[in-house]
Amino acid sequence: MSKFKVVHYINQFFGQVGGEEMAHIPAEKRKGPAGPGLAFTKQFKDEAEIVATIVCGDSWFNENLEVATKTVLDMVREESPDLFIAGPAFNAGRYGVACGTICDAVKTELGIPVLTGMYVENPGADMFRTKVLIISTANNAGGMRKAVPAMAKLALKLVKGERIGASVEDGYIPDGVRRNFFDKKRGSTRALEMLLKKIAGKPFETEYPMPTFDRVPPMPAIVDMTKANIAIVTSGGIVPKGNPDRIESSSASKYGSYNIEGVDDLTSETFETAHGGHDPVYANEDADRVIPVDVLRQYEKEGKIGKLHDWFYSTTGNGTAVASAKKYAAEIAEKLHSYEVDAVILTST
Amino acid sequence: MVKEIERTGIPVVHMCTVTPISMTVGANRIVPTIAIPHPLGNPELPLDEEYALRRKLVDKALEALSTEVDDQTIFEV
Repeated sequence: MSKFKVVHYINQFFGQVGGEEMAHIPAEKRKGPAGPGLAFTKQFKDEAEIVATIVCGDSWFNENLEVATKTVLDMVREESPDLFIAGPAFNAGRYGVACGTICDAVKTELGIPVLTGMYVENPGADMFRTKVLIISTANNAGGMRKAVPAMAKLALKLVKGERIGASVEDGYIPDGVRRNFFDKKRGSTRALEMLLKKIAGKPFETEYPMPTFDRVPPMPAIVDMTKANIAIVTSGGIVPKGNPDRIESSSASKYGSYNIEGVDDLTSETFETAHGGHDPVYANEDADRVIPVDVLRQYEKEGKIGKLHDWFYSTTGNGTAVASAKKYAAEIAEKLHSYEVDAVILTST
Repeated sequence: MVKEIERTGIPVVHMCTVTPISMTVGANRIVPTIAIPHPLGNPELPLDEEYALRRKLVDKALEALSTEVDDQTIFEV
């Protein structure tokens, strides 16, 4: 029996081209497996083989979504594979979005099975979980040893056209499609077991989670901008030079509040970025490229806005847990209200 | 963060490059920016042109904050 042909998509980091300084590289195709592809090859045994690996910079893909999707799609098409795998991307946001985007395109355009893997809080997971199957992984590359076997197993099922189990069986992020199976215990037994656990205050898992629609209605617009007090918040990690609060370069455990009273311009001597999720060179040269203090100060002088709030609030957004971001934002919002801030410009890198 | 601040009653404009993420997290006013490592600048431009570019982006953000929206809206620059 001939082996199933697989094409694998990975980013510049896993392709061992480099870190953030190489995130701008366009897609390139290599023969055979690379990086995590070697682990997949082991798992596939003699059932499937990676014939080509596409390595692509995370920033390049995300900043050129349309062109990048087309470029990678053409590279995949040339190989006429039976299966396409991307990642796993863990909690790397741009990587996750790239994996989801290209999997969706390959599935739609080439009609072959696709699979990726990511951490449940990766923005790519929410964007694509109803479109492509995504194996649920840990939030960092330490989870590779668990992610690869789970992905390989489901990938082989997909390419062989075997029945896919429920998300709890096959380890993917729920995709909204119900897959029926006969449980060993009947419904009444399972319900009672759940109830007893609930009464005892023990953790239990519902079989029918309610959907969460977490949307906030838009707040009314500013009527008179010339009187408005405008504040800057950023997930781009801009901090005073030296990072006095030691905000972490990823998975931030805190945010900082920094005074910019009388500051007309951010310079490489005074401010820098703590963000470790992209090339920091441009922000370190001129932090106004991330938070536009220079322009807003000028507008305050010109009377275009009422005031630039004396403080800005900053954390690093990469790999930071949603729960942490919520907590920081709630605290920041309290401060904003106490200073009677009217509107916020929030910048992200 | 955008959503949690807006929830307390303050309008927020989200300036970012990867707008699909912003849509997913639920920002209501979105202004697309230049590039991930330098959303409000372009190091390839001379300083005065880069500053003009940043003004244009901030103008768009202020316009977004001055515009009533019913739903998630992207304000193209």
